[in-house]
Amino acid sequence: MNNNNIAVKIDNLTRNFGDFTAVDHIALEVAKGEIFGFLGPNGAGKSTTIRMLCGLILPTSGTGTVGGYDIITQSEEIKQNIGYMSQKFSLYDDLTVEENINFYNGIYSVPELKKAERKEWILGMAGLQDKRGTITRTLPGGFKQRLALGCAILHEPSILFLDEPTSGVDPISRRNFWNLIHEMAKGGTTVFVTTHYMDEADYCDRLALIYRGTIIAAGTPNQLRKEFMSRDVLEIEADPLVAAMDALDHQGIETAIFGSVLHATVENAKNSIPRIWKILGDSHVTASRIEKIVPSLEDVFVTLIEKA
Amino acid sequence: MKFLRVKAIAKKEMLQIRRDPLSLAMAFLMPALLLIIFGYAITLDVNNLTTIVYDRDQSSMSRELLAELTASQYFTIVRHAETPHEIDSYLDKGKARVALSIPADFSRDLRAGRAAHLQIIVDGSDSNTATIALGYLTALTERYSLQLSGGRAAPAIDLRIRVWYNPELKSRNFIIPGLIAVIMVVIAALLTSLTVAREWERGTMEQLIATPVKPPELVLGKLIPYFLIGYLDMAITVVMAVFLFEVPFRGNVALLAVISAVFLFGGLSLGILISIVTKNQLVASQISMVATFLPAFLLSGFMFAISNMPPVLQAVTRIVPARYFVAVLKGIFLKGSPLRLLVPSAIFLLLFGLLTFVAANRKFKKKIE
Repeated sequence: MNNNNIAVKIDNLTRNFGDFTAVDHIALEVAKGEIFGFLGPNGAGKSTTIRMLCGLILPTSGTGTVGGYDIITQSEEIKQNIGYMSQKFSLYDDLTVEENINFYNGIYSVPELKKAERKEWILGMAGLQDKRGTITRTLPGGFKQRLALGCAILHEPSILFLDEPTSGVDPISRRNFWNLIHEMAKGGTTVFVTTHYMDEADYCDRLALIYRGTIIAAGTPNQLRKEFMSRDVLEIEADPLVAAMDALDHQGIETAIFGSVLHATVENAKNSIPRIWKILGDSHVTASRIEKIVPSLEDVFVTLIEKA
Repeated sequence: MKFLRVKAIAKKEMLQIRRDPLSLAMAFLMPALLLIIFGYAITLDVNNLTTIVYDRDQSSMSRELLAELTASQYFTIVRHAETPHEIDSYLDKGKARVALSIPADFSRDLRAGRAAHLQIIVDGSDSNTATIALGYLTALTERYSLQLSGGRAAPAIDLRIRVWYNPELKSRNFIIPGLIAVIMVVIAALLTSLTVAREWERGTMEQLIATPVKPPELVLGKLIPYFLIGYLDMAITVVMAVFLFEVPFRGNVALLAVISAVFLFGGLSLGILISIVTKNQLVASQISMVATFLPAFLLSGFMFAISNMPPVLQAVTRIVPARYFVAVLKGIFLKGSPLRLLVPSAIFLLLFGLLTFVAANRKFKKKIE
C-alpha cells in the first residue's frame, strides 16, 4: 500500500492504565475506501484503540496517523475530518430526532445551504422521516443506531470510526446497518468498525483480531480462514449435547458449542469422523450428523485464542 | 471560534432546560421561596417581647412606668406575677423573654428623692434579642427617670440621633438587597455545576469531544441560556423586593443592570468550571454548595456583618465575590450610590468573572481522562 492510499496507520501503539496494558504495541494500516473490522471480545482493547485514533485519549507510546494527521499532535485536525460514533450511540435523549440532527449540523458547521439537504438525507437513510419530532429516548434501538450514524456523517467525513455500532441491536437492524456501511464505502468513505460479533467479520474488507491488547491475526476474511485454520472443523449434531461434549473431551477432542450443534477442530476430518461416531455411540449419545464444514471466523478466532 | 457552534450548543442547552422540570423548579421556585422566607418569616427586629412583671409597689408611679413600656410596642406584658417563683417558671418555659421586678418601696424612694431600684431579667439564650431588649429597657427607664426629675437636671450631652439609609431600621431593608446576591449565586452555581458533569455521565460529552468544537465555544454556549435565566430571575427578585416588600430603591437601575450582569457571569463561569473539573454531578453539586452558596450566605455580609467577624474571616471575605456584590446592592438600593463608589467592587467582580471564564476554558480538555 503506498502512502497516498492509506487512511489510517498506526505503529507500536500502546496504552497503559496504571499497571494494566490495554493496548500493547499494535500496528496496522487501513486503505482508503476500505471497510476495516477490528474484532475482539470485550476488554480486548478495541475501544481504547479507536479512542486513540480519534484523538480522545493520548497513547502511552507509539505513533499513528489518521487522514495524514498525527494522532498525538494534530488531534483537532483529525476531528474535523472524521465521523465518530461512540459505543453508547450518544445522542441527546431529551431532544427530538430533528433537534439532534440540527445540533450536529451546527457543531460540524455544515454550510447553511447544505443543512436541509443533509438533514433530509439522514432522515431518509434512517427511516425517520415521519419520526422527526419524536423524543430520542423513545426510539427503538435500531432507529437510535441509524440516527447516531447519521449524526456522525452530516459533514460527509472521509473516514468513519464506529465503536461497536451494532451492540444490543436486533439482527435485522444489524444487517440493514451493514448495508448502509457498504453504501458509504462504495462512495469512497473509509470505515473503521469495532465489534465483538464474529459473524460480522465477513462484512469487512479486511480485519484485525485483537485479544488482550495484541493483534493476533490480520488479513481479509478468506486469508484468515485459510492461513489460520490448518486443521479441519467438523459440525456434530448430537443429543444430549453436553454429554457428547464431555465424551469427546474425555477422548482428547476439543469441541465448542455453536447454537444447537458442536464444532470440533481435528487434524484430519477423514480419520476423525468415524472415530467420533464410535465415541458417541459408546457413550450412549445419539449422534445424527457429523460432517466437515467451512470454518467460520468464529472458529478461527476461538482457535487463535486458545493458541495465544 | 465559530459563533454557529456556540449557538448550536446554547440552543440545545435551552431545549434541555425547558424539558427538565427539576431545573426549571430550581430556577424559578427557589428564588421565590428564599425571598418569601427571608422577607416575611425572618426578621431581626424585636417587637412584642413577652414580658412578665412582678410589681410589689402597685402604685400610680409603677403603673405609669409599665404604661410607658407597653406604649412603646416593644414589650407585651403577658403576666402580672403574684409570686417571685412565677418569674422563674415563665422564663424557664419560655412564656416570657423579659422579667421586670419592681420593689415595694419603688414610689416611696422616688418621692423621697432617693434612687429607686428596678430589676430586669432577660432570657439570654437568644443573645441577639436579649441585647436588644436590654437596650430598649434601659432607654425607656432612663427616659421615664428624666421625666420624673421634671427635666430639672439638664443633660450634659444632648444626643440627636439620625439613622441614615434605613431610618425605620427595618432589618428587612438590609437583608433583602443582600438576598438578591445569594439567590443569584444559588442559581448560577447549582444549575451550571451540573451541566458539563451530566454530559460526561451520560456519554454525550465523549461524542462532543470527537467533534471540532472548541472549549470556548462549549463554555460560552452553556453559559448563555443560564445567563438568561439568571438575569430574568434577578429582575423578578428586584421587582418583588421593591413592590412586594417595599424595600427602597434609591439608586441607578442601569448600574444595577450592568453590575449584576458581571456578577452573574462570574458565578456562572465558576459553576461551569466546577462541572468541568469534577465530571461528576454529585460531587459537582456538593462542591458548588460549599464553594459558592455557603460563602455567599455566611461571609458576604448579607445578613451577618463582616465587621463583626474575626479578622481571619474578614480577610477570607475579600475573595468572596458575593461580598462585593452585596455591597453594591446595598449601595444601590439603600444609599443611591453613584458609579464612582461602586467602581472598586465592580472591578473585582469583572476580574473574577474573567479569571474564572479563562480557567474554565483552560481546564476543559477534549480528552477522556
